[in-house]
Amino acid sequence: MAPILGIMASQVTGHLWAPTGAYDSIATTTVGAGGASSVDFTSIPSTYTHLQVRYLARGSFSGNEIQIRMRLNSDTGNNYARHLLEGDGSTAAAYATASGSLMALGSIPAATGTASAFGAGVVDILDYANTSKYKTSRTLSGQDRNGAGTIDLASSLWMNTNAVTTVSVFPDSGNFSQYSIVALYGIKGA
Amino acid sequence: MANTYVAIATQTLGSAAASVTFSSIPSTYTDLVLVANGRTDWTTNIYEALYCQLNSDTGTNYSVTALMGDGSAASSYRQSSQNQMEITRFNNSFSSNTAFGTSIIHFQNYANTTTNKTALGRTNNTPNGYYNVGATVGLWRSTSAISTIKLYPALGTNFVTGSTFNLYGIASA
Repeated sequence: MAPILGIMASQVTGHLWAPTGAYDSIATTTVGAGGASSVDFTSIPSTYTHLQVRYLARGSFSGNEIQIRMRLNSDTGNNYARHLLEGDGSTAAAYATASGSLMALGSIPAATGTASAFGAGVVDILDYANTSKYKTSRTLSGQDRNGAGTIDLASSLWMNTNAVTTVSVFPDSGNFSQYSIVALYGIKGA
Repeated sequence: MANTYVAIATQTLGSAAASVTFSSIPSTYTDLVLVANGRTDWTTNIYEALYCQLNSDTGTNYSVTALMGDGSAASSYRQSSQNQMEITRFNNSFSSNTAFGTSIIHFQNYANTTTNKTALGRTNNTPNGYYNVGATVGLWRSTSAISTIKLYPALGTNFVTGSTFNLYGIASA
């Protein structure tokens, strides 16, 4: 077993690193033939320090690509802010939204995008169980369609101090297509 | 719950090498993460990149979209129908640079045989007096499970001694 990178550095004050269970798979959803409008992870235990969502996904939206979003604890209020730095193959651009109703992760290929191309993302939700802080996510995501696509570095804020117990990931319009996979992992502190 | 982040293989170069290959990768994980810390012997200019080929496929089945910052500006570029995936920038030996750069590459759902494969790369490299940070998404237009990953310099002849390459597997529930 190997530690995730960075955890070894936390041993300097005498902690003995325990290799078992430092990075755990909490739940995984693979979308079936009917598609899914959202992947929801509920009843997330508070026993980890950080959460990580990893996905490979495609949407049914009738376009080349569709944005992928996230909400926490089913909060649909205007309690989120988001920033993205995005490259589209020719230009780098930055976007921001204050007081929005969702978090931004990036984009995934959609119905008319290159066949069998899926977008990928790695989303970190840091200190998710803390009840004193607003929650921040950071995302590396991208989708390349051989001649089109986007690459994103995204950060979103949920202006709420509640512990995160539910994570919902969904396309901005339409469904996730079959074979999309979204997985939730827990990362423990020493 | 089991620990699901597992070291599959590590290569530390005891001498210069033209490429690094991880082969016979088991299909028992969900994602792969490859961490490279190294430098090439390219000395001509500040630019260097890490090329990647999967399953020894040398056809024009690769493409990338990249986002880069060089200390003064952000930019984006694309490469389509390439013989290799330029998955991250990488350190070189320009101007007697001795620093090693770091690249982290994610291969999501690499063992599935239904979808084309998408990789995400992150780079932080520091050729002497020049800094580069960026992200790349790469597409391999193949539905084959990834069983071999080959990395090699885009411009240099070799990776230098001391370069390290670590492959991890992440297994989901």
